[in-house]
Amino acid sequence: MDKLINDFSFGLFFWQAIILVVLIVLLVKFAWKPIMTTITEREEGIKDALLSAENARKEMLALKSDNQKLLDEARAERDAMIKDATAIKDKMIADAKEEAQVQGAKMIEQAKATIESEKNSAMAEIKNQVSSLSLEIAEKLLKQELSNKESQTALVEKMLGDVKLN
Amino acid sequence: MVISNKPLNLFLAIVISILPLFGFSNVASDSVSHSSEKHAVEGAHKTDAHHAVGAVNEKDEVNAYIEHHLQDSYDFNFFSDGEAGKHYGFSLPVILWDNGLKVFSSSKFHNAEELANVDGSYYKLHHGKIYSSDATGKLELDAHNHPTNNKPLDFSITKNVVSMLFAAFLVFFMFTSLAKAYRKNNSMPKGFGRVLEPLIIFIRDEIAIPNIGEKKYRKFMGYLLTVFFFIWILNLLGMTPLGINVTGNIAVTICLALFTFIITQFSANKDYWKHIFWMPGVPVPMKIILMPIELLGTLTKPFALLIRLFANITAGHVVIMSLIAMIFVGKNLASDLPISIGLTLFISVIEILVAFLQAFIFTMLSSLFIGMAVQDHDHDDHH
Repeated sequence: MDKLINDFSFGLFFWQAIILVVLIVLLVKFAWKPIMTTITEREEGIKDALLSAENARKEMLALKSDNQKLLDEARAERDAMIKDATAIKDKMIADAKEEAQVQGAKMIEQAKATIESEKNSAMAEIKNQVSSLSLEIAEKLLKQELSNKESQTALVEKMLGDVKLN
Repeated sequence: MVISNKPLNLFLAIVISILPLFGFSNVASDSVSHSSEKHAVEGAHKTDAHHAVGAVNEKDEVNAYIEHHLQDSYDFNFFSDGEAGKHYGFSLPVILWDNGLKVFSSSKFHNAEELANVDGSYYKLHHGKIYSSDATGKLELDAHNHPTNNKPLDFSITKNVVSMLFAAFLVFFMFTSLAKAYRKNNSMPKGFGRVLEPLIIFIRDEIAIPNIGEKKYRKFMGYLLTVFFFIWILNLLGMTPLGINVTGNIAVTICLALFTFIITQFSANKDYWKHIFWMPGVPVPMKIILMPIELLGTLTKPFALLIRLFANITAGHVVIMSLIAMIFVGKNLASDLPISIGLTLFISVIEILVAFLQAFIFTMLSSLFIGMAVQDHDHDDHH
């Protein structure tokens, strides 16, 4: 201990203190601060990069599943649309058929009615014609017959005979 | 023929290459005894002896030489020729405060052989210390063989100061260049910086954050990093043949420990002082007993720091130098040389580890003490 105390040199202590203080101040300013800042920043950067990569991966996954979902939805929609279209087509065809049948039936009906009415009117016309013709004939005959007494009587006879027969 | 040719060539080559070894071993005794004289002369070349002028061959001389190495010195000696009294190195400025500032070169002492006469005052170098003296250079020694002469205030730029300046410059250069590399190179280290960056991260993740805590460590990183690299560089410089022994000097370790002590006390929070002066959770008489113990504890912590670093580095230097000295002290060079070199090599490798370890432990304990002072104590499980 005595030797240690004897060895202690105040001058060396003094210089050591000055050198150490100056060294600490200089190093903190010119080395440790920039170095520590850089290291910390870099580590933060790496951490952030890893985190964002992980996030991107998750997003990618989500996107992928979303896409799949969309695709599935689109497919389902397409299927539904095709189904609908087929149904509509079938319905339209059926409707058209029915309509056509109805229309056809109606037209036939109308045609029949027209034919009937035409026929009736034609019959009426013919009846008229026949009646007028027979009247004319009857007139002409009467005129001819009445000019001759025998024939008139014959005729009346004959007609009376006919009436009896009727 | 081809198959048997190759092993023959190999065998011949081996025999020829081994031949000189046998030849050497045959005349071993001859060659060793022949070269022992040369080695001794070389040893004298390598050693420097300021106060023990002469060859360092005897046990006492070796002890004196080691003791001298452990001390600070006023000139930077690389090696000296003890027998011829020649020293190779350079003198450093001596700065004294003795009734005014006195600056002169240490060459005036002529390696402790002469008195330095500066402006009419005489100074004598005795066992690495400067004493005021008179024209005759007389020193009055006390019972412990210590001079009682007046010691002037000594602010000399000694060998250790120069070494510290060099280490400080080295640390500063290394880390400013790393900071510059970050700026230039898109925040990535380059070249040697790739070695330094993991060390910084090591200090942060293994020392600062576990001991001080995630929230508060940032403030102390500057001190911890500086101290770690400064001590480590100085320890490693001590391993070089320059003969520097800075961290094995008590004044240096006292200063370092004092810094930790001051930082600890000034960054301490209320909880820390409360635990020292009025320990919560114990009966009042215990509180009174614990107060001086805890108060003493604040002093023993940095004391342990300074002694640990000083003792480890000093011990390492003493062991290595003693092992090398075996060559010069021992009488049988043939047996001493391999043992000495082998052991020195072994201890040197350990010392390189110790150089790192002591810097690490100093930083680690410093951060531990700081951590204890700044931590928010959890009263339920901490007492």
